Amino acid sequence: MPKQDEALFQFLLRMGDNTLVLGHRVSEWCGHSPVLEEDIALANTALDLIGQTQFWLGLAGEVEGKERSADDLAFLRDVWDFRSILLVELPNGDFGQTLMRQFLFDAWQSIMLGRLMSSSEKRIADIAEKASKEVAYHVERSAGTVVGLGDGTEESHQRMQAALEYLWPYVGEMFMSDEIDAEMVKRGIAPDPTSLREEYDALVGRVLREATLTIPDDPFAHKGGKTGKQHSEHLGHILTQMQWLQRAYPGANW
Amino acid sequence: MKNEWPLWEVFIRGKHGTSHRHFGSLHAPDAEMALKNARDVYTRRNEGVSIWVVEAENISASSPSDKGPLYEPSNAKVYRHPSFFDIPDDVGAM
Repeated sequence: MPKQDEALFQFLLRMGDNTLVLGHRVSEWCGHSPVLEEDIALANTALDLIGQTQFWLGLAGEVEGKERSADDLAFLRDVWDFRSILLVELPNGDFGQTLMRQFLFDAWQSIMLGRLMSSSEKRIADIAEKASKEVAYHVERSAGTVVGLGDGTEESHQRMQAALEYLWPYVGEMFMSDEIDAEMVKRGIAPDPTSLREEYDALVGRVLREATLTIPDDPFAHKGGKTGKQHSEHLGHILTQMQWLQRAYPGANW
Repeated sequence: MKNEWPLWEVFIRGKHGTSHRHFGSLHAPDAEMALKNARDVYTRRNEGVSIWVVEAENISASSPSDKGPLYEPSNAKVYRHPSFFDIPDDVGAM
């Protein structure tokens, strides 16, 4: 594969693996949410994310040119080949932590997709256009819940603050740039991740203020998921659940 | 249960030009969340273009036990139905 296609392939894996892993994580709540309405809403979000994954990984497979489908990429790659950020593979924790993670991701995704809608690569612009409608709703919903729980009872406030403190060090990875991003910027395919930070901080800051939550001062950020250099221990466990059927019964279909 | 969110009744308009119809009910902490929940619970298969929610306790309902006095008298008054007119085809559905 030519070097520039390799960069595009990696970029698409990053987009698709984020939605795939988070979609799987969120689906773990199905049948377990605190109330029926939230259960259905979370399952809808998970399905949206898996739907977006089909587009991103489908295109990734095309670009790679080795006849791998979105399913092949999702179910037959091992953990070191995943390019999802660490944030999305973290455990669900309690409901508040799940919704905080969702909001921190939704906010980034809504800004990212907004930029990708004017990508020089038409197929990417089309996926972004379609996904952005779903994500506009996701961020509205998760922001509303973060405010409701943050500015709720003493206990819900405490849990949300604890969730924010646990998750905040994983936010920075979304804005780290490397040579793959540089190649995408050069070709007008995707924005420099660093350039999204200001808008992100404004959006997230506004919602968290309304939620009466305090953003931690420490700028430390974990990294290693997006580059695939070092995933957390959690991703392998996710894959054992997500991939076991294709691994145990290769090619199984319905 | 004291900790339960209030109950909301959900009305959805399926298409432009039709009226809102009662779809079901759900729990939510406030009107905004009730709208969002209604969107997720009742319109995920593209069922609607507009949603109304109203807190169930704000609905006044007739009592089923008053069925007799309220409705039965009209049974005998067939002349109240416009069934003795020929409706021109151009009028369409009434």
